[in-house]
Amino acid sequence: MDYDIIVVGGGHAGCEAALASSRRNHKTLLITSNKNNIADMPCNPSIGGPAKGIVVREIAALGGEMANNTDKSFLQMKMLNTKKGPAVRALRAQADKVTYRKEMINTLENTANLTILESMVEDLIIENNTIKGVILENGKKINSKAVILTTGTYLKGAVLYGSTKISSGPHDERPSKFLSDNLKKLGFKIKRLKTGTPPRIEKASIDFSKAQLQPGDDVEHFFSFYNNKHYDVTKQLPCYLIYTTSLTHEIIKENLDKSSMYGGYVEGVGPRYCPSIEDKIVRFSDKERHQLFLEPESIYYDDIYLQGFSTSMPHDIQEKMVHSLPGLEHAKINKYAYAIEYDAIDSTQLKPTLETKLINGLYTAGQINGTSGYEEAACQGLMAGINASLKLDGKEGLILKRNEAYIGVLIDDLVTKGVIDPYRLLTSRAEYRLLLRDDNADLRLMDYGHQIGLINDEIYKIFNKKKESINKLIEELKGCLLNPNKENNEYLESINTPGIVVTTALYDLLKRPEIEIKNLSKFIDLNYSDEVLEQVSINIKYEGYISKANKEALKMMEYDNIKIREDIDYEKIHNIAKEAKQKLTEIRPTSIGQAMRISGVNPSDITMLMVYLKRNNNE
Amino acid sequence: MNDTIAAISTALGVGAISIIRISGIDAIKIANSIFKGKDLTKVETHTINYGHIIDNDEVIDEVLISIMRAPKTFTCEDVVEINCHGGIATTNKILELVLLKGARLAEPGEFTKRAFLNGRIDLIEAESVMDLIDAKTEQMRKLSINHLDGKVSNIIRNFRQKLLELLASIEVNIDYPEYEDIEVVTNNNIKREINYIKRELNKIINESENGKIIKNGLKVAIVGRPNVGKSSILNRFLDEEKAIVTDIAGTTRDIVEGQVTINGILFNFVDTAGMREAHDIVEKIGIEKSKKEFTTADLVLLVLNNNEELTKEDSNLINNLPKNAIIVVNKNDLETKIRVDDDNHDIVFVNTKDINGIEPLKNKIIDMFNLEKINNSDYTYLSNARQISLAKEAYSIIKDIEMGLENEVPTDLIEIDIKRIWEKLGEILGDTYSDELIDQLFTQFCLGK
Repeated sequence: MDYDIIVVGGGHAGCEAALASSRRNHKTLLITSNKNNIADMPCNPSIGGPAKGIVVREIAALGGEMANNTDKSFLQMKMLNTKKGPAVRALRAQADKVTYRKEMINTLENTANLTILESMVEDLIIENNTIKGVILENGKKINSKAVILTTGTYLKGAVLYGSTKISSGPHDERPSKFLSDNLKKLGFKIKRLKTGTPPRIEKASIDFSKAQLQPGDDVEHFFSFYNNKHYDVTKQLPCYLIYTTSLTHEIIKENLDKSSMYGGYVEGVGPRYCPSIEDKIVRFSDKERHQLFLEPESIYYDDIYLQGFSTSMPHDIQEKMVHSLPGLEHAKINKYAYAIEYDAIDSTQLKPTLETKLINGLYTAGQINGTSGYEEAACQGLMAGINASLKLDGKEGLILKRNEAYIGVLIDDLVTKGVIDPYRLLTSRAEYRLLLRDDNADLRLMDYGHQIGLINDEIYKIFNKKKESINKLIEELKGCLLNPNKENNEYLESINTPGIVVTTALYDLLKRPEIEIKNLSKFIDLNYSDEVLEQVSINIKYEGYISKANKEALKMMEYDNIKIREDIDYEKIHNIAKEAKQKLTEIRPTSIGQAMRISGVNPSDITMLMVYLKRNNNE
Repeated sequence: MNDTIAAISTALGVGAISIIRISGIDAIKIANSIFKGKDLTKVETHTINYGHIIDNDEVIDEVLISIMRAPKTFTCEDVVEINCHGGIATTNKILELVLLKGARLAEPGEFTKRAFLNGRIDLIEAESVMDLIDAKTEQMRKLSINHLDGKVSNIIRNFRQKLLELLASIEVNIDYPEYEDIEVVTNNNIKREINYIKRELNKIINESENGKIIKNGLKVAIVGRPNVGKSSILNRFLDEEKAIVTDIAGTTRDIVEGQVTINGILFNFVDTAGMREAHDIVEKIGIEKSKKEFTTADLVLLVLNNNEELTKEDSNLINNLPKNAIIVVNKNDLETKIRVDDDNHDIVFVNTKDINGIEPLKNKIIDMFNLEKINNSDYTYLSNARQISLAKEAYSIIKDIEMGLENEVPTDLIEIDIKRIWEKLGEILGDTYSDELIDQLFTQFCLGK
């Protein structure tokens, strides 16, 4: 055996998969077509954002790399949704594309058990429905016990602008021509997806005085946990906000048929949540203007990323469109926008461990599974790497539940519902997002991270100490009773909250919306870290809502605990609708809970399934 | 449930034709085996076919047979309807033949059950069909039919749609925080939407109580000391009004002494411990027990004797009467010796010996339950205890939202409660799966082994 695990592709999924596998002491080979493009960000120069930012924190808690790597390479950090509740706060970084790549390559090269090979995989070695290795484009065979495919947009990748269509990956890289056909032969359902990227503008050619400044936060933020790092908040690079003009809209409307998308040159299905500018103008025709953001890509070159302006118009029209924007009248386009089409597999052909149902030991992660986004890719890569290596160890896979992690939501959605357009993680996809917060990702997942060996003892010790402090402070607040005397009430009134009339625990006092935990330092020693104070404060202030969410989650768990036998014959259950029967047979949910989440399976089908299970259990 | 069921679906012996309905996988095969005419297994779906029903070679009847193949049928299964010439003997004979060829006699409501389980109708509609089968009064029938149209379903669906739009707007704000040109959902927006739903839902719940009255009728308990004329009052009701059933075991554990309809509403007179003259509620069972009776009844009639002075027991009873009670002073043809001091309850004087003697009581009841209005309103409301209780749960969540708004809880947390209402309303429709629903099915449809 040449390797334990081969990872095909060096994008965000591939890096996490290779690191997880090699760090778990499996001899790992990462195959990439171009080593310099490892961990490349071919689209926006940012990591995080709503839901996605929380995923990066979850990756950190499980021992993945994306959080560390972003902390080493960001140009700007911002906590979003700070005016909303704690559940939806999310961190977003503008990352330096060059530094990000360099740092990741450096980490990969310094990881034991990990080898990087520059080549292209075009076929798989399979015996008795079990993976045995890969075949390179030059015909060379490499053996392994497991293979993880993280091919991104490279499966039959095609770049489009206007009526031009070129067989290519991003950055004029060669696409993989045969792998998707070979997967099709194995029984995988192949679908065609599309995504796009906006033009990059020469920084010096932009008049920023016409744009609105969007600076980073003036407090420090990090994705990784307990790192003791610091940075100068004043040295962050700003982003800028501008708006499209009526002229922009006119140009687009006039030339709509010239775009690849509207000219009918695109076969793939594009993402609903990240539409091109022509899509936005057609679909929201009553809107007078659309927001665009000017984002720096790197300190090593001068490209400005024009966020919100993704298009597949021919180059001459792109010029006109860009020049119609305020401050960009004389802009120089360094790189034109394009759409890219690629093959993906049907993610319902995967198990919740991301192992394919068809081939033992074959895993897929990232865009090949129909997702979009670096964070979505990275977390799948991490889980595929963890699960492939756990399987080689003869251990149960790690399957995160929907109430434990956004990662659990994402993978459950993929294997249960499948995707039509490129899947973007949104907070609305999580039923219990109050439980899935940015601030408690470590509390949710670090036990797992330590258990599987990706979180070291040193970090785990800090984590346990934090947990203890949280519990201790909660107990202290419960135990510290305040008498309704004059002194206490005068203080309370001084911080704009009514006095008390009966003896009140600090715990209950903190529930008042106007009281902050630091206000209580008059009564109790609050010698705890900010993280602990925040955690305690959220837990107490939102206790009612958290317990509601927990109750709902428990209800879901009950359904998830009603297991469906793998060999169930849905044909035998007569009163399930045809479509539902077909979906259930294809997806083979492992529990009633999962069955309930399959689209096309209605409550009445679930009722019948329950009736069937109840009857069978009685027999 | 892969067998084929059959039943006569028209009232026996009434009307010029009778219809025998067959549903299931063998429905067409079975019909074809007793039919002389075209080969029914080969005819197009949704066609009417002329021919004869035969038993061996003997012609039983001239018939029209409708062939409707799955899935576009009431049960989503193959359905055959045999239109024959009525008459109890012929219709029964044809049904017998159908059963002989392999069909099973359908249980009451079984076609509906299949329609529901096959996803043809939603739970509300299924419940309504069951109600329709059980409907005893014209009002009940009307209510059931309105449900079948999906009128209630539509109102609730409309609420859910509104909530969904609200939820979507809140989500957009969370997922796209940097887009400042999207309208931000504030707690004020929520308040406005929620107030609307609160008002409408409250209306539905209130009117649903009327629906409950229409469907289940009212439970009336008559209490009082022995020999004050409790039985006479009951008998007078039964004499005057058309008594529907006299000794049916009701849906409750009570033994129904008699049922009458007043203004189209069913009144179930239940046997309370004190009803039978032999027992003396006050002396033998005591006040505690009669208080319990009070709480389960929709209406309590306390009967007193005009000709006797108020006893200690009478006063005791009056003091413990629930709100929904009427004090009925009987024997007003005799000398008035009684003096009742009670401002909390209506007092009516009746004389059960007189043929119109309980008219004042009847009028009082009509007044009290707003029966005139119930009779005239458009019945589009929830009429089943499960649905009403879900609607009430949804209503109580609105209070959580209001509290959250008052405490200036962040919008995305309030959304948790909005989602809960959305789900509760879904349970009413059967659009959200719930255990209660399956329990309901198991009791109502007898699905277990």
